[in-house]
Amino acid sequence: MSAPSTQDTSPPREQFTGQVGFILSAIGSAVGLGNIWRFPGVAYENGGGAFMVPYVIALLTAGIPILFLDYALGHRFRGGPPTAFRRVKTWLESLGWFQVMICFVIAIYYAAVIAWALSYFVYSFGLQWGDDPAAFFTGDYLQLSDTANGGPWFSLDFVPAVLIPLVLVWVATLAVLAGGVAKGIEKANVIFLPVLVIAFSVLVVRAIFLDGAGDGLNALFTPDWGALGDLNVWIAAYGQIFFSLSVAFGIMITYSSYRKRKANLTSPGLVVAFSNSGFEMLAGIGVFAALGFLAHEQGVAVADLEGLTGPILSFVTFPAVISQMPAGALFGALFFGSLALAGFTSLISILQVVSASFQEKFGLSRRQATLWIGLVAAALSVIGMATTTGLIALDTIDNWSNQIGIVASAVIMCIFFVWLLHKGPELRYHLNAVSTFQVGRWWYACVGVIVPAILAYMLVSRIVDLVQNPYEKYDETYLLYAGWGTLVVLVVGAVVLTLPRWRRSPDEFTPWPAFPPSVTTTSKEAAR
Amino acid sequence: MTTPAIMLMVLSLLIVWGGLVVSIFVLRARPERADYPAGGDDDHREDDHVVEHDT
Repeated sequence: MSAPSTQDTSPPREQFTGQVGFILSAIGSAVGLGNIWRFPGVAYENGGGAFMVPYVIALLTAGIPILFLDYALGHRFRGGPPTAFRRVKTWLESLGWFQVMICFVIAIYYAAVIAWALSYFVYSFGLQWGDDPAAFFTGDYLQLSDTANGGPWFSLDFVPAVLIPLVLVWVATLAVLAGGVAKGIEKANVIFLPVLVIAFSVLVVRAIFLDGAGDGLNALFTPDWGALGDLNVWIAAYGQIFFSLSVAFGIMITYSSYRKRKANLTSPGLVVAFSNSGFEMLAGIGVFAALGFLAHEQGVAVADLEGLTGPILSFVTFPAVISQMPAGALFGALFFGSLALAGFTSLISILQVVSASFQEKFGLSRRQATLWIGLVAAALSVIGMATTTGLIALDTIDNWSNQIGIVASAVIMCIFFVWLLHKGPELRYHLNAVSTFQVGRWWYACVGVIVPAILAYMLVSRIVDLVQNPYEKYDETYLLYAGWGTLVVLVVGAVVLTLPRWRRSPDEFTPWPAFPPSVTTTSKEAAR
Repeated sequence: MTTPAIMLMVLSLLIVWGGLVVSIFVLRARPERADYPAGGDDDHREDDHVVEHDT
């Protein structure tokens, strides 16, 4: 093996240039499509203003604690999930690869949504969806297969209007990743995140001055205190915080591994978590002000509107809003531009997890990893998402990889690290040794009890629901392959990627600072 | 807007954006620790195993 000789010439581990670069990149990762199209609808459907109570409690007792868990693991064990987990316990490497597989699968369809947003950014200028945005989205634009009338569930009929922007998204993503952590990811976030915040703020201000905006905000914020007695509302709040923060599937582990060892973790983490929620609040106000305007124009109540979350909110309901407002083209460009930017800064973080893990295990250079992973992911993305069945595949794979894959990953992480391996004290010590905001013992209760208990409940009830009721009433055979098959791919991928030998073993590694701390000082001093 | 809705909106914004402002001030007041445990210099030979074949 020539490893020892090449080892001396290997470049240093990549690093963010500093605290601001890391914070902006982490916010760019956390703020994604879910902040814009998921939070407003979830809040509205789960108690309106009263939802903010479980939401804030979930942020403090689940979101921030599990974010700290990710930071501690990545920063202390200095690597992507497979490296970091292996350094905790050799056999945990497979859990790391499970997270890498989740990222890989998500990237494949996430890129497609950004491509749609780019198309709609262009369409905004001519209001090209016309009078029937729903028919335009699924018919004219996606050319969605008519499965109800015998159309195929999987086709290779490509849709050029999706294919072209999708290829552009992949080219841009790979260019950023090839640039590296500081010159690619950080630079992209430093430019795009402020643009996103400014563009979205302009949109929100415009929205709240529309006729009927007050009705929309009434609908969003009028509290239904009775909802607080409903367990499902609390689960929805924890789910929203959990999915919104991009935790427990490797992103924050990977990003924190690119911070220097003597770097503050918890205080920047608080800024990231509150920024993410702050952006969600902004999105809630903007989206519901606009929905109030739409209801006003259509002469109906906000409660009678349909399509208040997900792709339908963005690509059907919002175009209807845009068509009816003065200077709608500008509003549309701001909305879809924001959607594309929010998605893009998240997509690069998702793929960096895959890239970092392959670089570390297989000794690939950054450019090699980017090229190979990018080519495979882009090819799968084009084949799966740029066809007439892309929307169905996206919807199905998203549901299984998120609702089951990520949630299972989080539950397993908490159980293994806190309960089976008793790593809680070591990780808390690590956070406190390098950070200015000290984490108390309450953190054990959050990551050891609250998070796994609530997420395990979510996971089990979701699985039961999916077994009993075919998702979206899709064809059951299709769901078996595309839905449950996604889970099989995640697990098999995790096992297969664990098997090969490491190009250079990550095992000769001593975490710093040593734990327990008393041993550190004595042994270090003795060594000198 | 109705009074309860306005109150809830203002309160929510105060908590979430207030939390953001406070966390930014806390970070600005103490961006880094003044004291760290011994060691901890970034030893790149130790944790890096990426070989740049293209440079």
